[in-house]
Amino acid sequence: MSARWEVVIGLEIHTQLATRSKIFSGASTAYGAEPNTQACLVDLGYPGVLPVVNKSVVRMAASFGLAVNATVARRSVFARKNYFYPDLPKGYQISQYELPIVERGELFIDREDGSQKRIGITRAHLEEDAGKSIHEGLDGFTGIDLNRAGTPLLEIVSEPDLRSAREAVAYMRKIHTIVRYLGISDGNMQEGSFRCDANVSVRPKGDERLGTRTELKNLNSFRFVEKAINFEIERQIDLLEDGGEVVQETRLYDADKDETRSMRSKEEANDYRYFPDPDLLPVEIDDSFINAVQASLPELPDAKTRRFVDEFGLRAEDAGILTVSRQLADYFEAACAATAAPAQLVANWILGDLSAALNKEALDVDHSRVTAPMLASLVERIHDNTISGKIAKAVFDGLWAGEGSVDEIIESRGLKQITDASAIESIVAEVIANNPSQAEEYRAGKTKLLGYFVGQVMQATGGKANPGQVNAILKQKLDS
Amino acid sequence: MSTDSLHTQTLAELKAGLENRDFSAVELAEALLARIDAHDATLNALLTVTAEQALDAARQADDRIANGEARALEGLPIVHKDIFCTRGVRTTCGSRMLDGFVSPYDATVVSRLADAGTIMLGKANMDEFAMGSSNETSYYGPVHNPWNPACSPGGSSGGSAAAVAGRLAPAATGTDTGGSIRQPAALTNTVGLKPTYGRVSRYGMIAFASSLDQAGVITRSVEDAALLLGGMAGFDERDSTSIDHPVPDYFSALEEDLSGLRVGVVRQHFDAGLEEHTGAAVREALDLLKTKGAELVDVDLPNIDLSVPTYYVVAPAECSSNLSRFDGVRFGHRADDAEDLLDLYCKSRGEGFGAEVKRRILTGTYVLSAGYYDAYYLKAQQVRALIAEDFREAFANVDVIAGPTTPTPAFELGAKTDDPITMYLNDIYTIGANLAGLPALSVPCGFVGGLPVGLHLVGGHFAEQTLLNVAYSYQRDTDWHHRCPEAYA
Amino acid sequence: MLDAPRSALLNPITTPEKPVSLDKDQVRHIAMLARLHVADDDIQETADKLSRIVDFVDQLSKAPTDGVTPMAHPLNASQRLRADSVTETDERDRVQENAPLVRDGLYLVPRVIE
Repeated sequence: MSARWEVVIGLEIHTQLATRSKIFSGASTAYGAEPNTQACLVDLGYPGVLPVVNKSVVRMAASFGLAVNATVARRSVFARKNYFYPDLPKGYQISQYELPIVERGELFIDREDGSQKRIGITRAHLEEDAGKSIHEGLDGFTGIDLNRAGTPLLEIVSEPDLRSAREAVAYMRKIHTIVRYLGISDGNMQEGSFRCDANVSVRPKGDERLGTRTELKNLNSFRFVEKAINFEIERQIDLLEDGGEVVQETRLYDADKDETRSMRSKEEANDYRYFPDPDLLPVEIDDSFINAVQASLPELPDAKTRRFVDEFGLRAEDAGILTVSRQLADYFEAACAATAAPAQLVANWILGDLSAALNKEALDVDHSRVTAPMLASLVERIHDNTISGKIAKAVFDGLWAGEGSVDEIIESRGLKQITDASAIESIVAEVIANNPSQAEEYRAGKTKLLGYFVGQVMQATGGKANPGQVNAILKQKLDS
Repeated sequence: MSTDSLHTQTLAELKAGLENRDFSAVELAEALLARIDAHDATLNALLTVTAEQALDAARQADDRIANGEARALEGLPIVHKDIFCTRGVRTTCGSRMLDGFVSPYDATVVSRLADAGTIMLGKANMDEFAMGSSNETSYYGPVHNPWNPACSPGGSSGGSAAAVAGRLAPAATGTDTGGSIRQPAALTNTVGLKPTYGRVSRYGMIAFASSLDQAGVITRSVEDAALLLGGMAGFDERDSTSIDHPVPDYFSALEEDLSGLRVGVVRQHFDAGLEEHTGAAVREALDLLKTKGAELVDVDLPNIDLSVPTYYVVAPAECSSNLSRFDGVRFGHRADDAEDLLDLYCKSRGEGFGAEVKRRILTGTYVLSAGYYDAYYLKAQQVRALIAEDFREAFANVDVIAGPTTPTPAFELGAKTDDPITMYLNDIYTIGANLAGLPALSVPCGFVGGLPVGLHLVGGHFAEQTLLNVAYSYQRDTDWHHRCPEAYA
Repeated sequence: MLDAPRSALLNPITTPEKPVSLDKDQVRHIAMLARLHVADDDIQETADKLSRIVDFVDQLSKAPTDGVTPMAHPLNASQRLRADSVTETDERDRVQENAPLVRDGLYLVPRVIE
């Protein structure tokens, strides 16, 4: 990418709020039902029906606002955005326009150099989702399933503060982490509960004026966001460097071809004719509501990361990874509470063997076969020298396979570490006796060979000898 | 007792008769269904007659009466304007768009009145989607005024008004967005009450202009209006704009004494636009209120002249959006020769809606569109605020505002269909109450050339009881409301 | 995408010269926005009647409204919030009796190309 150009990106993230019922009706929001079985008269836009606002969506939006240090509006207004589309039953979408519930927030993303960058959040507003169109297998028809219609969404709009695809992804991940911490969204990208549109433009470095932007639609994975933005940046720069112009338009990312393409629209520019929805009154919330939401906020990822460093002495990088999800952080804290071993050791096990095992079976930490107390007792046995770190890996595998408790596995597999000095001494003596030439070389000054002897001893004990003791006894015998 | 004259009785009289077992609910329903059979071919007041359902309900009402379990309005027959959704019954809203539409649910007004014991005889004709002041925009043809079949009964609740005036039903529900209950009531010698916005649930009432629409009643007497309103008013959790405010027993609280009542009279309401004899009838009515102890006070509503243009921005804007759901996909008319989706929308809506509805959708689309929103929609909502403030100030000084309901008596069918503005000006005295959300009532106050005219009363928010009391008191001393069109006696 | 609030987007509105009139292209544009078929033969009449209406409502432009808060609603009340519970049950089959064209529970429209 040319060094002459500066990239400007703003994201609009649509996150589905984890309510039981829809934003304006009592229909279920459960995913995966038979078509149109969860679309009630209100969702269908039947003649005469009216919307009533779900209290949970207001609470959830407010909690997001507080979490990103934004202003939570004491008065917000639902408006109608008018346009015709078959997945939009009323011919308008109820959304918030001039008076959104959340305004002027911020969050911080980590740069590659370890520093942080502030990203402004312009606003977050509540709105209803549309239904789904099905194009396949209907003989030239499109089928409309309105189960998703009326599902509550929080649309989070960033300032155009992002300067690369990588920053955009870091910002999106941060939002993803926050909404899941708050418990306001499951963040499930496969099911479409967390998706994003990106506004991308480029301008010559040093220019104040923004370049013409394009809008990339419906990016539903972190990887696609990065690839789509990068493709688009290059496309725009190529265009400009060839003397062309960027056209303001909406483009779709095609993951198969790894390219963006213009969404052809034969009708003229949209004119949404927003106006306040007369079926709904202004949403007014008072201080006691805000205070209650504030009081119920969990510790947020940034604060938790800082605490993990301060309180547990973790490496900052490890603390950052452990706090990506509330569940993982909770697992870590639960394990630490159950062992006297250093927290960093617990962290190493979580980020190493446990994460690998979870990834392999695509499990999340809440469904781990090795629970936090189990991991704690494993680390505890390393800490009290019952087993070595290496043996512990075998015990972990046993735990994962459901062979019993840590102590049962150590016992049944005979993995207990040999710490009896006389036992180690006799094995050491035997190893030295079996390797006279190496012993002679060692004594002639080739002390590197100590490692060789340690290996021999460990092999002879099936890895169970305490490595520290082996070292000390070997030195003593060889040096004497 | 003979059932031949049951159609001449008011709701209150019928209620007493049923309680007294002078006749049964079945006899009553049969008598009125026979009236409908005999007369509706001329009036065209009803779009659907639910005879079987009515007789079933009447049998159940008789059982309840026999068991001493009669509810407040047990066995009393009514008709519902066809804007209210009725479960299992065709609900057309006067439009081709909903010609075959059978509602899967009941409007709150319908279910409340059914729960109170009323019996639905049928669904009343109306201007298409309630857009009209003459009932001529109905897809099912105009309603004829029982006082003169060449004349319009007014609209949009023209079917409801004609059914009551023609003695096909003792009472009817209606809806009023700019005068759609009060204007037809005035033109048919009936009582029409539009309550405070939010007093009656809008759930299940097919929306025209959401911030103006309000359900109400058309009856022959003020007592009946009080009785019926009591059966339908009240908070509804399905309507965000309904108000959780106690519902008084309007009927029992009716009060004749007007001493100390301050009645506001608005100068502009007696300007040149008011037909001379209509004005004289209204002045006479005001004089009667005075002799009964009320004090007449001049009231200034400086912005009231702008109420019609304000309305014709706000109402079309809301309707253009409210009617977008009629797209031929989930319900309603669908064109059968569409080439693609766009064509399906344009043709289905083009065929399903009549000329006036289309005109209002286009007007509304225009005033909300980019470049015009501020000049029209926002401006109208500002003027609306001024008008509401004018009323607020007036009601600090008076209890009710009184004047004519309409500028003229009923006009001939076809007389005003060429020019939309002439038609719109029919509602010049009634629209203000909708813009400000105030309760208002029209009560018969005389005849001009054999056609009835009405006295219009507007009150402060939730002042329904005051309006009813004034009108009740007026009816105690007048007999206009006892008069019946000769052919329908 | 999110648009800037309209008032910020627009040039100041100038009061239109009287009489206000809509031409046929404007009517076609509005009819397209509203998804209403208006026959070519009716366009002129529609334009004339709409012009009458717009001209009539244009008398609002003279009203002094500086600093007046627009009134979106006749009530000075705030939105009531509903408890988050599922109260509706599946009524698809009954509801779809009103639908012009359904298959396998889906509402059908002419194929939409995306």
